[in-house]
Amino acid sequence: MLHIVNKSATDRGSLESCLRMATQGSAVLLIEDAVYAATTGNAAAAKIQAAKAGLKIYALGPDLAARGMAARVLDGVNVVDYGGFVDLVAEHSNCQSWL
Amino acid sequence: MSDMDDMDDDAGIVKKFMFLNRKAPHGTVYALEGLEVVLITAAFDQDVSMAFTDDGVYQLVKGIDTKGIEVKDFSKTYRALEGYDIEKLYVDQVSMDARGLSEDDLIVDVTVLSVDEMANLMAEQDVVISF
Repeated sequence: MLHIVNKSATDRGSLESCLRMATQGSAVLLIEDAVYAATTGNAAAAKIQAAKAGLKIYALGPDLAARGMAARVLDGVNVVDYGGFVDLVAEHSNCQSWL
Repeated sequence: MSDMDDMDDDAGIVKKFMFLNRKAPHGTVYALEGLEVVLITAAFDQDVSMAFTDDGVYQLVKGIDTKGIEVKDFSKTYRALEGYDIEKLYVDQVSMDARGLSEDDLIVDVTVLSVDEMANLMAEQDVVISF
């Protein structure tokens, strides 16, 4: 399953809800303000680091760049462009957006 | 008394306005709208402070490139605030720490305040407008 999160983890609880429900081997794509969680120094970075053990974590590159965060992405987080976003949706049989 | 007389009576009164920014720049329209309102307020010669707390500190981060998401890059406007005599920019130390940010990461000169300092600054305002 593909989980999509678009809210900042330092503002809302949606990333935490997602990580609680995501089963082993699932993919989590961070878009819009959710990308901050995958950057060094963010309070939620530890949650992403811990989640990498059982989940594949992706972040949308254009959203990182638009927030001045392109150079601060955590190791092990896969940065994708819009084409990669489409591929992720196509590769997974279902998806859940944690609005 | 006409409305015009009322306006004359108020002329010259300067109030302390704080614009409190708590949202990241692009996920919602708050940051951009807040900035527009600040620029309008500047035309009325008021005592304006801008405070950045929580995800609002992300509004001031350097190196923003919005081409990929095709929205307006308004981050450079913060640097123009000085030209409108808006020079009191405050950021919350705790919010900066929680996001791994330092003053060097920001596009404008700011005053970094402790929680107590920010709280007192907020308390002494005549008007606080939140975005």
